[in-house]
Amino acid sequence: MYEKPLPVIDPESQPYWDALKQHRLLLKHCRACERFHHYPRELCPHCHSDDLEWKQAAGTGRIYTYTVARRPAGPAFKPDAPYVVALVELDEGPRMMTNIVTTDVESVRIDQRVTVQFDDVTPEVTLPKFTVSPV
Amino acid sequence: MKKREAVIVGVADVPLQNGKVTESLSVLQVQARAARDALKDAGLSMGDVDGLLTAGMWGVPGPGQLPTLTLAEYFGITPRYMDATNIGGSAFEAFVAHAATAIEAGRCDVALITYGSTQKSEKSRNLAGRPSVLTMQYETPWGMPTPVGGYAMAAKRHMHEYGTTSTHLAEIAVATRKWAQRNPAATMRDPLTIDDVFASPMISDPLHLLDACLVTDGGGAIVMTTAEHARALGRPPVYVRGYGESNTHWTMSGMPDLARLTAAEIAGREAFRMAGIGHDAIDVAQIYDSFTITVLLTLEALGFCKRGEGGAFVSGQRTAPGGAFPLNTSGGGLSCCHPGMLGIFLLIEAVRQLRGECGERQVQNARTALVHGTGGTLSSGATCILSRS
Repeated sequence: MYEKPLPVIDPESQPYWDALKQHRLLLKHCRACERFHHYPRELCPHCHSDDLEWKQAAGTGRIYTYTVARRPAGPAFKPDAPYVVALVELDEGPRMMTNIVTTDVESVRIDQRVTVQFDDVTPEVTLPKFTVSPV
Repeated sequence: MKKREAVIVGVADVPLQNGKVTESLSVLQVQARAARDALKDAGLSMGDVDGLLTAGMWGVPGPGQLPTLTLAEYFGITPRYMDATNIGGSAFEAFVAHAATAIEAGRCDVALITYGSTQKSEKSRNLAGRPSVLTMQYETPWGMPTPVGGYAMAAKRHMHEYGTTSTHLAEIAVATRKWAQRNPAATMRDPLTIDDVFASPMISDPLHLLDACLVTDGGGAIVMTTAEHARALGRPPVYVRGYGESNTHWTMSGMPDLARLTAAEIAGREAFRMAGIGHDAIDVAQIYDSFTITVLLTLEALGFCKRGEGGAFVSGQRTAPGGAFPLNTSGGGLSCCHPGMLGIFLLIEAVRQLRGECGERQVQNARTALVHGTGGTLSSGATCILSRS
């Protein structure tokens, strides 16, 4: 039984979470300014255009910053501690909150290259997480 | 010359013992006592209040969803100006600005700002994230200890870009404790060293337990009116010389630059421009210290030092008593009190310094003070520049 918080999926986020179930990471892309953003919005946060489309992300990026959670974010995360919470900067530009999956939390560094992996935590929800790419 | 000039004329906070209100009180009682005492300090009474500004985290879901309505009813007043803008702990610096604008425009004559929390007595705080709905569905599922993890990620990034160290951060905790030792009302007054900070448990790398603020109860109130009214009351006015506010994000992935406090840059620039003074004119500063890194980032953003030089700025106990830059003279959120939202307590301490009421921790000849609040997770910023003349 998965006890950690799950996303409360809404009409706007449904396509994002549906794609993750199929192990695809989607980003919103703006046809007007040609920039990507995350999380998905109705208006482009860069140029405020409504001319947006979904595009599949490459699933690669680098660690922009991170922390090792020694104290968990509530009891459900306690068995995982210490674990790595990170902001990954995707190669398309946007940053996303995620975990770096590793057996050695001390080895994680800013700027390490990372690749997405898909964690099917329930039949309904797949969380995108990242692993450090082989050098 | 302005026809009506807004001033702060009364302040009060409720006494704490071991971080808790001294008797068992509801969060409404806490605010009523603070309001009563601040109005007494101003030489005014509740019946004079026609502007009410408040924000908090109490009574949600429930009456706290409409806090000005709840408090106006509870206080037995019918305000003609209200503001419940909740931008986090910086709301109170924004309230001083908003009240000043309202008073100067004639929208109200006596504005009351209140805050209350009984989080320590209720044991209501933990590190769990916010409900995983709307924007937070893209943040909460990954288990960032909240809020410390966001500050930790900012600290990591600042260390990466500028070589800032854990010693730099600990300098801030130690200096702030030295001020608390001079404040009989402060919660934590035992001596503290940099090694003590390092010896405290690591919560979320690179932040130790003693890089984090306290979790306490607390209540405070501020009364504002016109300078003319203050003179008639015979109370020493504190003038509001400049202010500004801004916000950049709430989820951490939305923060434009984790090594830079953009909201504070905007708020501070506006406040200094309005006040028409330079940084050298600031005699004492009260800067939101939810975590040590918050202070370091804010000092840079406000322009007291260059970006990346915050570590050097705070080194050698420069912000401690006797140092060149008196900072968080009550003991701040790190050592005095931190009841969830700190902003009002920074303002109260600044007013007391400008009035010369601070006893052993008094900054000699403090004429001009800067107060900066931070809200959300390094999200919003609001600056006030106050002076006694």
